[in-house]
Amino acid sequence: MSFSAFLFYVLAAILLASAVRVVSARQPVHAALSLVLAFFTMAALWITLGAEFLGLALVVIYVGAVMVLFLFVLMMLDVRQTDKTPRWRLHLIPALAIGALMLLEIVLLIVDGVKTKTALPESAASMDKPLDNTRELGKLLFEDYLYSLELVGVLLLVGMIAAIVLTHRQSRFAKRQEVSEQIAVTRDDRLRVVSMPAEVEAEDATAHSPDKTGGH
Amino acid sequence: MIQWLADFFGSMGTPGLVIWTMLKIVAITLPLPLCVAFLTLAERRVIGAMQSRCGPIRVGPNGILQPFADVLKMLFKEVVIPARANRLLFRFAPLLALAPAVAAWGTIPFSENLWLADLNAGLLYIMMMSSIGVYGIILAGWASNSRYALLGSLRSTAQLISYELAMGFALVGVILLANTLNLGDIVRHQAGGFWHWYFLPLFPLFVVYFIAAIAETNRHPFDMAEGESELVAGFHVEYSGIVFALFFLAEYMNMILLSVLAATLFLGGWMAPLPFFNELPLLGDGFLWLALKVAGLLFIFLWVRASFPRYRYDQIMRLGWKVFIPLTLVWIVVVAVAVRWSALFGGGA
Repeated sequence: MSFSAFLFYVLAAILLASAVRVVSARQPVHAALSLVLAFFTMAALWITLGAEFLGLALVVIYVGAVMVLFLFVLMMLDVRQTDKTPRWRLHLIPALAIGALMLLEIVLLIVDGVKTKTALPESAASMDKPLDNTRELGKLLFEDYLYSLELVGVLLLVGMIAAIVLTHRQSRFAKRQEVSEQIAVTRDDRLRVVSMPAEVEAEDATAHSPDKTGGH
Repeated sequence: MIQWLADFFGSMGTPGLVIWTMLKIVAITLPLPLCVAFLTLAERRVIGAMQSRCGPIRVGPNGILQPFADVLKMLFKEVVIPARANRLLFRFAPLLALAPAVAAWGTIPFSENLWLADLNAGLLYIMMMSSIGVYGIILAGWASNSRYALLGSLRSTAQLISYELAMGFALVGVILLANTLNLGDIVRHQAGGFWHWYFLPLFPLFVVYFIAAIAETNRHPFDMAEGESELVAGFHVEYSGIVFALFFLAEYMNMILLSVLAATLFLGGWMAPLPFFNELPLLGDGFLWLALKVAGLLFIFLWVRASFPRYRYDQIMRLGWKVFIPLTLVWIVVVAVAVRWSALFGGGA
């Protein structure tokens, strides 16, 4: 068994174990963390298969951003524990059916792929070759599929704006601070220097009681 | 000597490669805590000098042994785990903060031929590692079962995510100019004197990157996560002793890492500022130049800490989203047009 094969089996075992843990963990935060581990191991698997850009992007996007927001929500909701007795039986049959369907689809795709297309080039699956499909992927995305990419970008932007508009309801009682105005404040807005003539006390008063002039 | 070792282990096949890589990893990770130790000393001395104090001078000659005294003190302190805390995650969180801070050093080029992994997507790898570091902070806040810690970690997470965007955009400018994600190649593109370094054409991005780096490491004036005047100490309130020291170590390692990255991406990495310096017996082969630049950047970190009062939280968010991100986006367009222009009409840039 070569080193890369050994690595594959170790990573695959971790991936499967953490994926099982995602659905079996009682504590929601533990489940979310198992999902993080699953993503991370998946990324490592992809990198060993030569898809280093996809692997790193998976971690940056899903682990670095999406799952962080997930954890945010879980912590804010303060969900302690789900049901002590998971209702296995209720969900078992639909879950098995959906799982079987997905497995069937994947197997069909693989069989179809093996029949119609040529196998992966040897070098793609080996670890010895220096990884450089980032450049190729970039060329492909920004030259051949430029318009599709732009379209997807616009779609995401529209989705983002829609989400903000839907959730951002202005409350009547909300108080806002205009930071730009606060920063633009100058000395003249806050401070007024008044020039006053110095007060001179009457000479006879100072002569008799020096306390009045100074004071403590 | 190094070449001989490399040949020796290279001749042993896969096991040799594994041992050789392990040795390299040790050679990178062992000096790091030492750098952190002396950085804390430098911090206290520099800020002391800026505030007309002495700083620590009693332990050892000129206070040079102070960090070791601190570490010993931390080691002997009791690690208190709060009641009803999540014990597993409470202990796991500091490791999650520390591990990415160490792992990110894997692709840093220290000189022309001195690095651990010459990854073609090296920059992306470092982005990935720095985006994982936030888990340590979130989990520390949540697992401590304390309001202060949770608030601190929520603030810190929001801040890290916001500034990571600005930082990423600042790095896009570098990628546009260098046309590669390989850190070694990025440095080689800046060869030939300091007027070829990227901090000149990308000056706004360099400034944004450095300020974002200060925010990413939760340093003053962006240390809302700790905010000792309101949150006691933020996400690590409940941590004591050596477990606290791990967070401390992670923060300072990240400081050094981001300074090294800034030196690599914007200040020509291991290159000397003037080409003929390389021939003079000044600072040898590159690594010391990098160290010098990093030391300068770290000094700015300390200087900023001594100079500025802390931001208010909404001001931090405003600075990140409404100032830095538009600024970087505009400058990326400018750089992209300039790169395209010079590619079309030759010469320049």
